[in-house]
Amino acid sequence: MAVTYQERLRDGPVDAAATSAQRARCQCPTDEEAHVEPVTATALTCRECGRTFPLEALHACDFCFGPLEVAYDYEAVAARLRREEIAAGPRTMWRYRALLPVDDVRPVELGAGWTPLVRADRLAAELGLGELWLKDDTANPTGSFKDRVVSVALTKARQLGFKVAACASTGNLAASVAAHAARAGMTSVVLVPKDLERAKIAMAAIYGGTVVAVDGSYDQVNRLCAELAAEHESWAFANVNLRAYYAEGSKTLAFEIAEQLGWRAPDHVVVPVASGSQLTKVAKGFRELSAVGLLPAEEGAAVRVSGAQAAGCAPVAKAFDEGSDDVRPVRPSTIAKSLAIGDPADGYYALQAVRRSGGAVGSVGDDEILDAIGLLARTEGIFAETAGGVTIATLAKLAAAGVVRRDERVVAIVSGHGLKTVETLGALAGPGVTVEPSLEAFETAVEPVLTCR
Amino acid sequence: MPVIVRVPTQLRQLTGGAGEVPVEATTVGEALRALDELYPGLAERLFDGDGALRRFVNVFVADEDIRFASGLETPVAPTQTVSIVPAVAGGA
Repeated sequence: MAVTYQERLRDGPVDAAATSAQRARCQCPTDEEAHVEPVTATALTCRECGRTFPLEALHACDFCFGPLEVAYDYEAVAARLRREEIAAGPRTMWRYRALLPVDDVRPVELGAGWTPLVRADRLAAELGLGELWLKDDTANPTGSFKDRVVSVALTKARQLGFKVAACASTGNLAASVAAHAARAGMTSVVLVPKDLERAKIAMAAIYGGTVVAVDGSYDQVNRLCAELAAEHESWAFANVNLRAYYAEGSKTLAFEIAEQLGWRAPDHVVVPVASGSQLTKVAKGFRELSAVGLLPAEEGAAVRVSGAQAAGCAPVAKAFDEGSDDVRPVRPSTIAKSLAIGDPADGYYALQAVRRSGGAVGSVGDDEILDAIGLLARTEGIFAETAGGVTIATLAKLAAAGVVRRDERVVAIVSGHGLKTVETLGALAGPGVTVEPSLEAFETAVEPVLTCR
Repeated sequence: MPVIVRVPTQLRQLTGGAGEVPVEATTVGEALRALDELYPGLAERLFDGDGALRRFVNVFVADEDIRFASGLETPVAPTQTVSIVPAVAGGA
């Protein structure tokens, strides 16, 4: 029996459920089977004025310009969805398809989600925390949580008949869109700022789509994509015209965390903030679990949600500190390029989610980010990219300030793999000692270093 | 000399297609109200029920976002341009 690398990684021995998951996963769909109408998603609604729109490639309200969000029939989900049904589903994010906006039996996917939730006692001890867990989204197919959102966006795009997938990206999204487009037989066009890390450019380019490096910041890339989306209506921009669907994929982080904790909500979740979408949707995910009866009624909304930003791009943290609702755009300057969004689209909503839940938004400098990458790696064996360093460093800061408490069950989301940002590490990622291949050389050069430790 | 209000494509069906409208005003608020008097229906697109500018409607005076100046009280000088720019959300 074929056992995929990912199933071994996640689940240990393969059992019957895993083989059925394999059957359900990653097969080329036929037109009849793949294009099933959504069952529980009912409409797009404007987050600002509440107007409703059909479930098409729309992302902004044509009346007040507010962003659109997917609405569901939670009563219908509650009536039919049981924990057992989820447990029997695929070992991917699609086990929660009832709460995703496109009900396709064969989604466009590479196996995103159902990543490890690991207890982090050694890191907890370093930070003075009690029960700490890490949601290790470095284990996703292209090495970041973006596979969750892209799998939803491109499944919806295929259902709507799009042949071209596109995005504006700080790197991780570009790789994921290009990979999923390849998987689905779609063409891809991804736009990134030209100063990205080499690995991120390589990961976007290798899948055969078009990578466009733009001489500008992410915010400028994003504005360009908004204009392109108006010109190229036949292109599915994951985070423009498909954004309402795309963003929903991040809810599966909350779903998995609750299920992996034995259907319990954590007390506090720490989430990196770039556009603010992931944080907003994680908070929404916990609330939905209560709305459909998978968690006790009050538990989902009681989860405290805190945000993490790099000090060199901290518009949401600044607004939080100032008690303001206005997220003032900034010009980013940080090694955490995947979080370098100076004008975050969901900054306002992320602030509201944090404040409503009693959380906080913290920010950390580049040195703290690098220290935290090292700390996470040497205490827990998880190699995170700079965004993960931001999250862990912010967790440390919030723990020291007493915002994240020792008596809380805490989950930190580690959103992307460290190999993506190796060049930021400098000497941290080099050999400690280089020697000639002889015992004598080893003893001379290495033994003193070992005894020093 | 009037103030020029620049109207985005999405709202031009209300202005008979006009992209730039001259109005007499000394603040941004006055300029936008004057626009609504010329083209009724514009105000409800720009302002919420409390009379505040809608969250995803950005207004710029000489390229500065008025949220970070004095909001609707931001002064405008003759010949300056007041630009209405919908913040159509996108982004990772």
